[in-house]
Amino acid sequence: MTRLSSPEKLECARKDIVSRIDPTKPCISVCAGAGCLASGAAEVIAAFKTELEFHGLTTEVNTKGTGCPGFCERGPIVMIYPEGICYLKVKPEDVPEIVSHTIKEKKVVDRLLYEDPATGTRALRESDIPFYKNQQRNILSENLRLDSKSMDDYLAIGGYSALSKVLFQMTPEDVMGEIKKSNLRGRGGGGFPAWRKWEESRNAPDPIKYVIVNADEGDPGAFMDRALIEGNPHSILEGLIIGAYAVGAHEGFIYVRQEYPLAVENINLAIRQASERGFVGKDILGSGFDFTVKVHMGAGAFVCGESSALMTALEGRAGEPRPKYIHTAVKGVWDHPSVLNNVETWANVTQIITKGADWFTSYGTAGSTGTKIFSLVGKITNTGLVEVPMGVTLRDIITKVGGGIPGGKKFKAVQTGGPSGGCIPEAMLDLPVDFDELTKAGSMMGSGGMIVMDEDTCMVDIARYFIDFLKDESCGKCTPCREGIRQMLAVLTRITVGKGKEGDIELLEELAESTGAALCALGKSAPNPVLSTIRYFRDEYEAHIREKKCPALSCKEMIAFHIDPEKCKACGSCFRQCPAEAIQGGKKLIHIIDQEKCTKCGTCLDVCPSRFGAVRKISGEPVPAPVPEDKRAIA
Amino acid sequence: MDISRIDQIIDKHDGEASSLIQILLDIQSEHNWLPKEALKRVCERLQVPMSRITHIATFYKAFSLVPKGRHQVHVCMGTACHVRGAQRVLDTVQEVTGVKSGETDSDLKFSVETVNCLGCCALGPVMEVDGKHHGNIAPSQIASVLNNCE
Repeated sequence: MTRLSSPEKLECARKDIVSRIDPTKPCISVCAGAGCLASGAAEVIAAFKTELEFHGLTTEVNTKGTGCPGFCERGPIVMIYPEGICYLKVKPEDVPEIVSHTIKEKKVVDRLLYEDPATGTRALRESDIPFYKNQQRNILSENLRLDSKSMDDYLAIGGYSALSKVLFQMTPEDVMGEIKKSNLRGRGGGGFPAWRKWEESRNAPDPIKYVIVNADEGDPGAFMDRALIEGNPHSILEGLIIGAYAVGAHEGFIYVRQEYPLAVENINLAIRQASERGFVGKDILGSGFDFTVKVHMGAGAFVCGESSALMTALEGRAGEPRPKYIHTAVKGVWDHPSVLNNVETWANVTQIITKGADWFTSYGTAGSTGTKIFSLVGKITNTGLVEVPMGVTLRDIITKVGGGIPGGKKFKAVQTGGPSGGCIPEAMLDLPVDFDELTKAGSMMGSGGMIVMDEDTCMVDIARYFIDFLKDESCGKCTPCREGIRQMLAVLTRITVGKGKEGDIELLEELAESTGAALCALGKSAPNPVLSTIRYFRDEYEAHIREKKCPALSCKEMIAFHIDPEKCKACGSCFRQCPAEAIQGGKKLIHIIDQEKCTKCGTCLDVCPSRFGAVRKISGEPVPAPVPEDKRAIA
Repeated sequence: MDISRIDQIIDKHDGEASSLIQILLDIQSEHNWLPKEALKRVCERLQVPMSRITHIATFYKAFSLVPKGRHQVHVCMGTACHVRGAQRVLDTVQEVTGVKSGETDSDLKFSVETVNCLGCCALGPVMEVDGKHHGNIAPSQIASVLNNCE
């Protein structure tokens, strides 16, 4: 690859790449993001290659693996260009039909299109699918246009023009001014204005400064950083270099979770490609600006997502947080000024410079500008990544984009902000989603996890789940966090196993107050899931404590499975599949569950044919006695 | 234990003490665990006290100071997986393998671990066996997946 030594040479290279692209040439794009790969995308890509070769179409048709377009639940997703036909849930066995019908005969394979569950209408293009139609995908839409491993693809859509612009047309102060004008707030958790960190770092007298990408994404239930860094790694790298220029840093780090091997692979590849082309290294694009960057893999510690802990980990030590009397922007890695922003924030930087702060502020609310990517998951029809302008209501996200709750179940709550956030009830669904409104509601934006829960989710168990998670992840350095969380977990566990007692709710509130005195944000915000569930779902806590009943029929120790003798048809499904061999049955013999052996895994309920519906889950009531042996025969 | 290979890994990171975590990750990816001899060598070469190495090796979840099984089973316990039945998946994995989370069986066939999030939240619950993801996995499907492991 030729090193590009001036903006003119970059533009020449871009023109050359674009001139070699024939927009009329068929192209098969398959999402090669982690979600689709988990659903078999690699096998689909391989099948396309084989099939095209069989038809002698290898040179006539392009195939590429792209980044994640978001609709993971319907993956693998295949797009056929130039028509823009969108096929969902494609399997390798569908490939011959796609090649013969769509590629050769220009016909559509109807059964692979999105079908509206309410109307039965099929959507030909991605933009016709309600999941996509109701979004504003400023950042995510790029993923679909790129082979995530191809730098040429990134250059073809204007990649590195923002970097060229700042290096040759803007001073660092101009860049800072543009970011300030955009009011970009950090997408990783707290929503701290990016420019303030940048300015603080820039003004620090120390000449050695660092810029860092936080791609640790330890929040369970959030995966937008993964999708961005896997799908469009150059946009993150470009944003980072722009940030480095603005603050005067010449060295950067990308801290990526080792649990994301594809993200590690793609960002390393992007850095190599960028170095070869001259966007990283000495004298970038002939501007005289030098910048190098190194990838540091995380080793599986949630607390390392916290800025001071992450910086400690970068130094090769155990990632424990420290008090931030002096901000990390002034004293960070090896005590030098260090600007840390998360993946999505850096991706926004590239867009703000390319399209301008005014364009950016045309989306969102006054206090929370731009768009935000959410990971819309849990008990929701359309799961995946969604990008919407800040200020859109939760209801719109859940119903218009998410398609509501599946299986005719009732919505119960949406959890936002990960372990530091909280659960928002149905009564607050019209809440506009932005940094400040979520905080007011007792939750937070966090990195954008949005976990939808239906009537089957126990809110006490959810609080216990988060506290259990935080107990595992607390670094243990300071007492309020270490001990406070442990005690809260003991109380919550007691409640969820049916041993709760009067005063436990008040005790939790008291413990929450003392845990909030912890050193870092992890400990300070740890009580949020508990407090928000007590605030909005106190009745569930009371049912567990007073009636020894889990209203959601979820807490394992408080439920039992029972086969209704009137409904059991002795089909044997539950008998055959019970992993604990707890079911007694036989031909024309009503099945019964041995409660002593039952592990409450729920397989019997899952496999009992819906036309029989014989298995019941119960809580807060005694399990009916088994049918006597002499009455078990079905006539 | 091939000490020269450990040296190569250390050299790849320029023998810098600040790369300690990255060096341990590389050793772990080759051996599946961190043998004591390897740690001693890292200690000697980087001039880092063994106490600091042990602190790191026990602080970060990625590291194991005991040998792991030939087949690594990870059950995702992320929130999205949790609300869609991750605990049931874990219970079933433990029943089928006879191995508890964080443990390895005596013939080194299976190691079972929980992971706080695999980043495949839309497909929850997710089980990962030897790097291959199994999304939307039902407890009734687990035995057949694990029984295919030799």
